[in-house]
Amino acid sequence: MKVTVCIGSSCHLKGSRAVVERLQQLVAENDLKDRVELSGKFCMGNCRNGVSVTVDDELFSVSPETVDDFFKQNVLAKL
Amino acid sequence: MGKEGRKFDTKVQYLKYKVLREVARIAFDGDEFQLANSFNDIAKVVAPGPKATMRCCVYKERAVIAERIKMACGGDKTNPNVIEVIEIACDECPASGYQVSQDCRGCIAHRCEDVCPKDAITFDENQKAHIDKTKCVNCGACAKVCPYSAITNYVRPCERACKVKAISMKNDEMRAAHIDNDKCISCGACEYMCPFGAIADKSYILDVISMLKKSQNNTAYKTYAIVAPSIASQFTYAKLGQVIAAIKKLGFYSVIEAALGADMVSYTEAQELAEKGFLTSSCCPAFVDYIRKSFPKLADNISHNLSPMATIAKYIRDREPDCKIVFIGPCTAKKMEIQLDRVKPIVDSVLTFEELQALFDSRDIDFSALPEEALDNASYFGRIFARSGGLRDAVEQALKEQNIDFDYKPIACDGIEECRLALLKASKGVLPNNFIEGMACVGGCIGGAGCLTHEARDKNEVDKYGREAMEKTITDAISVLK
Repeated sequence: MKVTVCIGSSCHLKGSRAVVERLQQLVAENDLKDRVELSGKFCMGNCRNGVSVTVDDELFSVSPETVDDFFKQNVLAKL
Repeated sequence: MGKEGRKFDTKVQYLKYKVLREVARIAFDGDEFQLANSFNDIAKVVAPGPKATMRCCVYKERAVIAERIKMACGGDKTNPNVIEVIEIACDECPASGYQVSQDCRGCIAHRCEDVCPKDAITFDENQKAHIDKTKCVNCGACAKVCPYSAITNYVRPCERACKVKAISMKNDEMRAAHIDNDKCISCGACEYMCPFGAIADKSYILDVISMLKKSQNNTAYKTYAIVAPSIASQFTYAKLGQVIAAIKKLGFYSVIEAALGADMVSYTEAQELAEKGFLTSSCCPAFVDYIRKSFPKLADNISHNLSPMATIAKYIRDREPDCKIVFIGPCTAKKMEIQLDRVKPIVDSVLTFEELQALFDSRDIDFSALPEEALDNASYFGRIFARSGGLRDAVEQALKEQNIDFDYKPIACDGIEECRLALLKASKGVLPNNFIEGMACVGGCIGGAGCLTHEARDKNEVDKYGREAMEKTITDAISVLK
C-alpha cells in the first residue's frame, strides 16, 4: 500500500509535518514498514481541504487531530 | 522611465525587460512561426521612433533590439556560455588605462616619476606629466601617489566589474568587449554594469512557455516552479503570496521553496564537513566554477552536495520522473549549472526574476486582483541562504542539531574578490578557517544579476522572510521528506 502525504505549502501550514510524523510512528508501531510505503508530494491540487493524503489513488483530508482515526479506518482496515 | 520602469534599478534592465515581455506575449499567444515574423514589430514597440532615444538613429536602435530578441530566444546556440556580448550594442568605451588628466598641476615633486617602476613618465615644457604607453604596465603606482589625484585609470565598466578578468577588447580592429569562456563564471556582474546593455544572459523563456503550453493545464505533465529565497526582496510592489499566485497563473502547477533544498544541503554539508575537516560550499554555481577554473587544486574540497535548487528538484524528480521543473531566481550562473551532467536530468530550465517579471506582464496579470497563496516549506535557516552568511549560520545550526562535535571555523565570502583571498590562503595552507561559504555576488544571491532591484534593505527583507517560516529548525523542515 502506498500512502502519500501532501507536503506542499498549504498543507504544510495545516500540519502535514505532524501528520507525516504520526503516520511514521503508527507504521512503526504496527510493524508495517514492509507493507506501507510512506511518501511525500508537493501539492495534490486539493489545497482547501488539506492536509491531503492519498492511499494508493484514493484522496483523503486528514488533520493532525484525525490522523489516528484515518490510519485505523483507511490504512489498517484495508490491509 | 515611467511607473513600470521603476520596478528595475536601471533603464538597461527595463529595456531588456520590454524585449522579453514582447517576445513572451507572442510566444504565449502564437507559435514560433509568428515569432520569426515579429522581429520588426517588436523592435518598433520597444523603439517606436521617429527620434532616437538611445543610439545614433532609430535604425541602429532597432538593429540592437533585433539582437536582444535573439538573446530572448536563446542567443547563439554555438556559444556554450550563457553570457554573451551583443557586439553592435557595445559602445567600445575607451580603455586606455592610466592617463594623466588636466588636473596635473605640473608640480615640482614628481612623485609619479619617482614611483614608476618602468620609467614611463616624462614631463613637457610646462612640467606636466605624460605616460609613455609603450612602457606603462598599468600598475597604478603613479595614480596612488599624485597629490592632486590627477592620474585616472580608464577601464571599461564591464572589465572593472569582471573580477575573474574574463573580459578584454576583442582585437585592435574589433574593439567590442570579448568574453573568455575559459575564465568566465557566468555570474553576470558585467551584464549588470554595462551602461549600454551590451552584455546579456541568454533567455530560455521560450522553452518555459512551451513547457507550460504543452502541459495543457498540468494534465499532460506537471510543471513545478522552484523559487529562490531571494524572492523575498523582489516584487515588493505586491505581497509574496500574490507573487506565488501569479506564478501559478502563468501555468505552473505548484511553487516550492529552494530554501527547503537549502535546509537539506546544510544538514548533509555539516556531516561532510565534520568528516573531511575542510570544505568549500557548493551552493553558488559561479563560486564552484571559479574554484574549478582558477584554483583547480582545491576542487577536491568542494562539497559533494548538489546545490539547494538541484537537491529539492531531485526529490521532486525521483517521485515524478515525467514532470517539468523550472528554477526561478536571481542568478545567471544557474543557467550554466543546469547544463552540468549531474544537474541536467533534474532541472529543465531556469528563469531570472527579470524574466519572471516579463512573463507576468506579457500575460497582463493584475496583482491587486490576486489572492495570497501560501509559500512555506523551509526553515529560517534555509531561507537566509539568500544572503551572505546564511549558509555559514545554517551549517552551524545543522552541526548543533545533529550533535556533531566539530570545531567549526567558518568564513563567509561574498564577491569574487573576497572569495579569491580566502581561496588563495587555502591554497597556501594559511587559511585559519575550515569552511568557506563562497558567493560570487556581493551581498550573496540578493546581489544577483537577475534581480530586479539590488538594494541595501534586501538583506532585511530576507531575514524577515526567514523569521516568518513556520518551521524553526532544519531538522523539522526536512523531517517531512524522509
